[in-house]
Amino acid sequence: MRWTRGKRWPYWLAVLLFAPGFVLVLALAQPARAAGGDDVFAGLASPDFNRIEDAVTALAASGNPRAGAVIAALADNRLYTWRWPRPDHGLFIKEPNGNFIDARTGQPTARPPFPVIRPVIVNDMVRSAIDAAKGMLDLFSRNTAVRKQAAEALFEAADPDSLPLITRALAQEQDPGVHALLVDAEAAARLKSAAAPVAEKLAAIRIIGARDDLAARSLLASLSNAPAPIADAAAKAVKHIDHILALWNILETVYYGVSLGSVLLLAAAGLAITFGVMGVINMAHGEIVMVGAYTTLVVQQLVAAFVPALSDWSLLLSIPASFIVAGILGIIIEQTLIRFLYGRPLETLLATWGLSLILMQAVRSLFGPTNVDVTSPPWMSGAVQLGGLTLTLNRLWIIAFTAAVVGLLMLAFRVTRLGLAMRAVTQNRRMAAAMGIRTPIVDALTFGLGCGIAGIAGVALSQIDNVSPNLGQNYIIDSFMVVVFGGVGNLWGAVVAALILGIVNMVLEPISGAVLGKIAVLVLLILFIQRRPRGLFPVKGRAVEA
Amino acid sequence: MIRTRDTHATVTIALVIGIPLLIAVLDIGTAANSPAHVPDFVVGLVGKYLCYAMLALAVDLVWGYAGILSLGHAAFFALGGYAMGMYLMREIGARGVYANPILPDFMVFIGWKTLPWYWHGFNHFWLALIMVMLVPGVLALVFGFLTFRSRVSGVYLSIITQALTYALMLAFFRNDMGFGGNNGMTDFKDILGFPIDAHGTVVGLMLISALVLAGEFLLTRWVVRSRFGKVLVAVRDAESRTRFLGYRPESYKLFVFVLSSVMAGIGGALYVPQVGIINPSEFSPGNSIEAVIWVATGGRGTLSGAILGAILVNLAKSWLTSALPGIWLFALGGLFIFVTLFLPRGIVGTIAAYFDGRRKPGFREQRLVKEPSAEPEPVP
Repeated sequence: MRWTRGKRWPYWLAVLLFAPGFVLVLALAQPARAAGGDDVFAGLASPDFNRIEDAVTALAASGNPRAGAVIAALADNRLYTWRWPRPDHGLFIKEPNGNFIDARTGQPTARPPFPVIRPVIVNDMVRSAIDAAKGMLDLFSRNTAVRKQAAEALFEAADPDSLPLITRALAQEQDPGVHALLVDAEAAARLKSAAAPVAEKLAAIRIIGARDDLAARSLLASLSNAPAPIADAAAKAVKHIDHILALWNILETVYYGVSLGSVLLLAAAGLAITFGVMGVINMAHGEIVMVGAYTTLVVQQLVAAFVPALSDWSLLLSIPASFIVAGILGIIIEQTLIRFLYGRPLETLLATWGLSLILMQAVRSLFGPTNVDVTSPPWMSGAVQLGGLTLTLNRLWIIAFTAAVVGLLMLAFRVTRLGLAMRAVTQNRRMAAAMGIRTPIVDALTFGLGCGIAGIAGVALSQIDNVSPNLGQNYIIDSFMVVVFGGVGNLWGAVVAALILGIVNMVLEPISGAVLGKIAVLVLLILFIQRRPRGLFPVKGRAVEA
Repeated sequence: MIRTRDTHATVTIALVIGIPLLIAVLDIGTAANSPAHVPDFVVGLVGKYLCYAMLALAVDLVWGYAGILSLGHAAFFALGGYAMGMYLMREIGARGVYANPILPDFMVFIGWKTLPWYWHGFNHFWLALIMVMLVPGVLALVFGFLTFRSRVSGVYLSIITQALTYALMLAFFRNDMGFGGNNGMTDFKDILGFPIDAHGTVVGLMLISALVLAGEFLLTRWVVRSRFGKVLVAVRDAESRTRFLGYRPESYKLFVFVLSSVMAGIGGALYVPQVGIINPSEFSPGNSIEAVIWVATGGRGTLSGAILGAILVNLAKSWLTSALPGIWLFALGGLFIFVTLFLPRGIVGTIAAYFDGRRKPGFREQRLVKEPSAEPEPVP
């Protein structure tokens, strides 16, 4: 109960203010307590809130089989007692159907005439006692998860008074997980107990030290004023936990970095094809990603309208849909615009920038300028706990999705006939043409592929970012940075670059704040480009020198 | 050829100074109800266009004559604007909302007690003037030195200049940079003692902008027509060949890059008192690219084209954003595509090529601006 102390102070104030009244009530209640004897229920019939509170606590600790039902009735204001105290301290529970049962036995009783009984009234103080008592009762619940939670709460409370309770729970606990937690809780309670011998406390520190989490650390850190051997052992354990926590912290940063990196990679993968492989600067790339995100929205609404049963799986449907929509859009762009600008990268840049403005404005007029709501399916929400790491499912899915997309892309370049043609055309256009490859078609398909991948990126981004006409603008500079950093003409370069950028961003963020971290990354990149103008993995050969 | 260029320049100067002068006369010299009267807001608008023209001239100098497609020139423009804004903020003095004689309102608002070191001295106009040129110049010097020395060029250069202005935009959005954060600086009261939105100040600022623009035009014209300018064009058209001939392309590029950034900074400094506000959105990459399209529209590699393009596109923007607000981005986007596909030499370049072509056969081909075309690169 000690952990509720912090909340209690206003009542102590109230006690001070109304002290005279309370003294009177206590004086009246004193004989009743004496009369109560061994009956753990008796206190509940008292008019004094302090007595009710004590009774609730005692009842919960007693292990009485009726304790749970009585306390639940008390919490719901369904517990009744005699309006004027009688020696039997009668208690009755009003069932939902209006019948009364005897609280002690659970047997039905005749309905007592209403003016004779009154509900047992609960104040905030008693209510917190009830909550705590429920926690204790949960220890004996049939549900393992509930027991686990209760044991966890006991550990955090580290209340020496709950030692007997824990010992009893330990004796009958079957589940190994809960058992281990209870052992921890017992150790914690023992640490705080004044009576426990030093050797036992040292053993407790060993047990708690092995938990390696923040709760254990704060418990052990609170022992710094204890006698020397205990304080030393605790300090050592704290140090150990700090090491472990630091390790988890690093892992967590890496995970967030990989997560951010996979988003960057997804956004940049299409660009790595159009810019990296074809040498076309597509400033409308971000807008193609946005088109992919809006396709996700449309597919979702169509599915919800026509096949509501499948609405949880509309996201899977929007992957091919976005690929096709964005891919076709890309082929149209290539045929009407880019085709005329090959070999003039700066003009391509300007024309595609113009295109991006048009696409953005078109989406704005069609769907409105504000964020639209793309819902996440249930199988993407939630988190998994892995040691000290909490991995959110949507991030995990996106990492897996990115890996799959990039893997398939590399495979497509290596094993398909189109991939072969693409490589041939980009390596030596005239020779490829001489060998019978229709270069204009390959150009159009390559650009379409790059845009299709951008569309797929839009599906993933719609799950973690706001879908608005400005979606693409937020990613275009980052995507170009990934491709330039990784080295043009190199998918592996993009992978490594995206992961490095993601992790560096996440490492810098806690040090300097999100915005400064981003600025630092940009400045570092600008400096890096000075050192290695062709990126991390430059393509060597005569073709490179323009 | 030189004779035609001369009439060309004379016409440009006459227009750049003549039209603003005419507008000034129509503003001051006519009664408010006269049909020929030009209201103050038009004067301010013209002043704004003249500042944009300075930015366009700066972009044209590096892009048209040195082949450096900078997508971050609006950053230099904004930095010049911020330097002037700092002076104007200090001029407000105790007339701000919080009536603090030293600290600008936004600093009082975020709870600062003393003036940051980099704000000292900005109560002097001359220091602000120096900073207007020094800050963009030094940034361009450092950035250009690093970039040109390692031979970053073409598209790579464009992308990192864009990253530069993007990083600056993010930085200036932060409140603790001490430049007013999101809201920037505004509520200016006066400049050198003249109330900032008074009739005379508005006309005066516009005329000064016209004169400065004419001056910048003459300066850039002198630079590109000098021997130095010839080497510059050589660097643009064949950098490696120029290097093999014994020139140092990076020094030539660095010089024009710094000169151009200073010109852009001056444009920004004149822009701020005329529009009355400077905020971090001036750094946004879109602004820089828009400046490039002004130049492309008017004619890359023709100085008068840059001025014409900036003014024409912005006239269209002012008209369209008020007449058909939904259409402007379509129109601007369409302009980008139209100019690159069908008007690669821009308005002035196309006209000049037509006349020159009649006069001298074969000149058209020679005047064509050639991009260094990147060889296709192999797949991983």
